[in-house]
Amino acid sequence: MATHLQKQIEKIKKEILSLGAMVEDRFQKAIYAIKVEDLELAQKIIDTDFQIDEREIEVEEECLKILALYQPVAMDLRFLVAVVKINNDLERIADYAANIAQRFKTSSQNKAKFKYDYTAMADQAAKMLRMSLDALVHLNVDMAYEVRDMDKDVNLMRNEAYDSMKRDIRNQPEMVGDIINMYLISRHLERIGDHTTNISEEVIYLIEGEIIRHS
Amino acid sequence: MERHIKMYTENLDFFYGNSQALHDISIDFDENRVTALIGPSGCGKSTYLRCLNRMNDLIPNIKVKGRAMLDKKDIYDPSLDVVTLRRRVGMVFQKPNPFPKSIFENIAYGLKVNGVKDKAEITRIVEKSLKQAAIWDEVKDRLNESALGLSGGQQQRLCIARALAVAPEVLLMDEPASALDPIATQKIEELIAELSSRLTIIIVTHNMQQAARVSDRTAFFYLGKLIELNDTDTLFTKPELKQTEDYITGRFG
Repeated sequence: MATHLQKQIEKIKKEILSLGAMVEDRFQKAIYAIKVEDLELAQKIIDTDFQIDEREIEVEEECLKILALYQPVAMDLRFLVAVVKINNDLERIADYAANIAQRFKTSSQNKAKFKYDYTAMADQAAKMLRMSLDALVHLNVDMAYEVRDMDKDVNLMRNEAYDSMKRDIRNQPEMVGDIINMYLISRHLERIGDHTTNISEEVIYLIEGEIIRHS
Repeated sequence: MERHIKMYTENLDFFYGNSQALHDISIDFDENRVTALIGPSGCGKSTYLRCLNRMNDLIPNIKVKGRAMLDKKDIYDPSLDVVTLRRRVGMVFQKPNPFPKSIFENIAYGLKVNGVKDKAEITRIVEKSLKQAAIWDEVKDRLNESALGLSGGQQQRLCIARALAVAPEVLLMDEPASALDPIATQKIEELIAELSSRLTIIIVTHNMQQAARVSDRTAFFYLGKLIELNDTDTLFTKPELKQTEDYITGRFG
């Protein structure tokens, strides 16, 4: 029979997973809004970011409560520490989604005609996020290592966006402000990739007990 | 850092009649370090602790095999004086057990038994021991009152002072804080940290957080066997064996 602590931990697991799904939905919608030029959708993402912030605080408080009441050790302790950090990464990813929406909004106010398709890059980042959370739930260390390796693809795509937009600035110097804004979206996606890498590294810590960050 | 092993057991077996309570226990105890023994009730940790100053000798029909060494000398050597051994390896029990005498006499008793006659010397050691046990300020004005009038936490610190008075080299503690409230427990834990700079301490505790807080190394016992012996930090964050993990996280039986 599961102890009370294990039930609480199962509950936290569900909450962090549901928060992860919400966050993934947001940044994919932000990219979709750019693709179909849906300003209303972009505005909605910006306006509802507070929902993620509230959920982040709920998860953190729940973890702190369990740490204080049960003083967990070993695997349970590592799980809760990992969740506190992953929770923070998810909140940051949602912030980037709101930033992406904001940049799109700013560019369209200037009636920019400039566009860049970020679908592939966003798909890759979303896949990394999903896999890192799957790795957390199923304690799959191989999957976590895989996510870590995938980060370089996202970095590569950011570089491609950079080269492409450098050419665009040369060709349309009057658009420089908007192009920089669009470039920064690739930077946000790249940062989202970094946060999913952090999540996978937390999962590796949780399973193997070794901190592999910065190595 | 060079290790100095104060005490160790090698392949220690222990029997109550025909029933074997300890199987092949080998542990080294570093000098001036704290080792915690944890495990479920009946796992043999208290039996093992009592082997270390031959407290089990008082029980009929027991048998000890293997070796238990203090400063490289076998403590089960028939020529060894058990009273001297118990002076060098002191013990504090689960329930505070002061003598029904004055606070002063509780500490002085062991000294007198050990042949200290000089009154000034006795007074000096009584004060020093009470200070070491962090209880001096609370009792200095009532040394001639009965020890039984002290609170549980004070009585336990008095018993620690009594153990310290005869200048032991090793201190065995069997659940020293389990009958105390959280404040008294905290005082005992602080005392353990303080004493560990000059004493080798071996503590049995059911409270795993306490083991984690006070000890440098932790030994996990189960069914009379030593399952895992590890640095306390490692044992409580990333134990090597699943059996240890299951016990400390409460996924046990």
